[in-house]
Amino acid sequence: MALSAEQSSRLAGLLTRHEEQVTQRWTEAIAGSMRGRLSQAELRRQVQDLHRGMIVASEQGVIDLDSEQASELRAVLSELSRGRARQGFSATETAVSVFALKDVLLDLMEDQSDGGALRDYVAFAALVDQMGLFTFESYVRTRESLIADQAEQLLELSTPVVKLWEGVVAVPLVGTLDSARAQVVMERLLQTLVDTGSPYAIIDITGVPAVDTQVAQHILKTVVAARLMGADCIISGIRPQIAQTIVALGIEFGDIATKASLADALRHVLRLSGVETGRRQHRREA
Amino acid sequence: MERVPILKIGDILLVSIQTDMSDQTAVQLQEDLAERIVATGCHGVIIDITALDIVDSFVGRMLSTIASISKVLDAETVVVGMRPAVAITLVELGLSLNGIRTALNVERGMELIAAARADEHDLAFDDQADADTTASS
Repeated sequence: MALSAEQSSRLAGLLTRHEEQVTQRWTEAIAGSMRGRLSQAELRRQVQDLHRGMIVASEQGVIDLDSEQASELRAVLSELSRGRARQGFSATETAVSVFALKDVLLDLMEDQSDGGALRDYVAFAALVDQMGLFTFESYVRTRESLIADQAEQLLELSTPVVKLWEGVVAVPLVGTLDSARAQVVMERLLQTLVDTGSPYAIIDITGVPAVDTQVAQHILKTVVAARLMGADCIISGIRPQIAQTIVALGIEFGDIATKASLADALRHVLRLSGVETGRRQHRREA
Repeated sequence: MERVPILKIGDILLVSIQTDMSDQTAVQLQEDLAERIVATGCHGVIIDITALDIVDSFVGRMLSTIASISKVLDAETVVVGMRPAVAITLVELGLSLNGIRTALNVERGMELIAAARADEHDLAFDDQADADTTASS
């Protein structure tokens, strides 16, 4: 239901006449749901911005929130919901900030007893509903972009490739391994193998909380790709529960060397590459 | 027609593939390589594919064929310098270069061939030693 031109100007008049009362009651209504997490002054400023936006829009004869006249109001609303989303308020709390205006309008209009008032109120309420939905959508958008940013940051910082020894590199995997991360890990590892000319790589899965068939598939692919390039991969850091899961799922690692700890894997690699370790030297001398 | 040059370094033949291979170039390379192995008596072949952006089933089969031919002529084949992107693509396509040994770079490839040769020599000497001991007993 859209506002007619007269309703719009009546709304503007109503809001302008009772400016102090509207902002006061609106702020109070929101403050109740916010439970003191935003300062009164901050809330008041936001409500005043909204109020001003509504007056500007309705004076220009806003028919619909999607119309061009309402662009300023939309900007204020999306600014409000962006702020709320970043401060960690829930979607309901954000939407209620807008819906609270309905109560305020009802209080104001109860005094007028002519038949047009009800019709006006329904039209105003429809506008407020639109505003509420708009707020909700911008809230969700902001949240989604936040999540996307975080996922990207996680991808960047969680896949280091470290050099353990001359010719030995290791990837300590931490966290759940999905397809996107597995791809990044694979590319980084293979590129490091080329850059450093290391013939051995150790994939340490101590930090991987669960290994299912998909994760195993990703790891196997990485190992096969490394082999194609002429490097040998060893999987280490297999915890007891993980070993049980692997066997229960029937995952075959074939002739890929697996070790319980990173230390074992490093010792294995050093033996393969013919580096003398302390223990072997002792044994030989004895 | 383009021909892929074959370089001799000590006991090893080095083939560096710089361009996309056509059927004809591949066949020519196989012929040339077989001739050179016989002519020089080399025991190792290193195929450098650093410059290749794409390795498809055709190139994969060519590499396998070269490896088989060299094997028959008693030469070890090592493919070196495969790019990460190429390796990932091969794995995603499910193409495994069966029977082909790989190394990260030419240097490692030469080490690999040297090690393989050393093993064979050891075996030969072991056989000799076994024969000696049986004879003496």
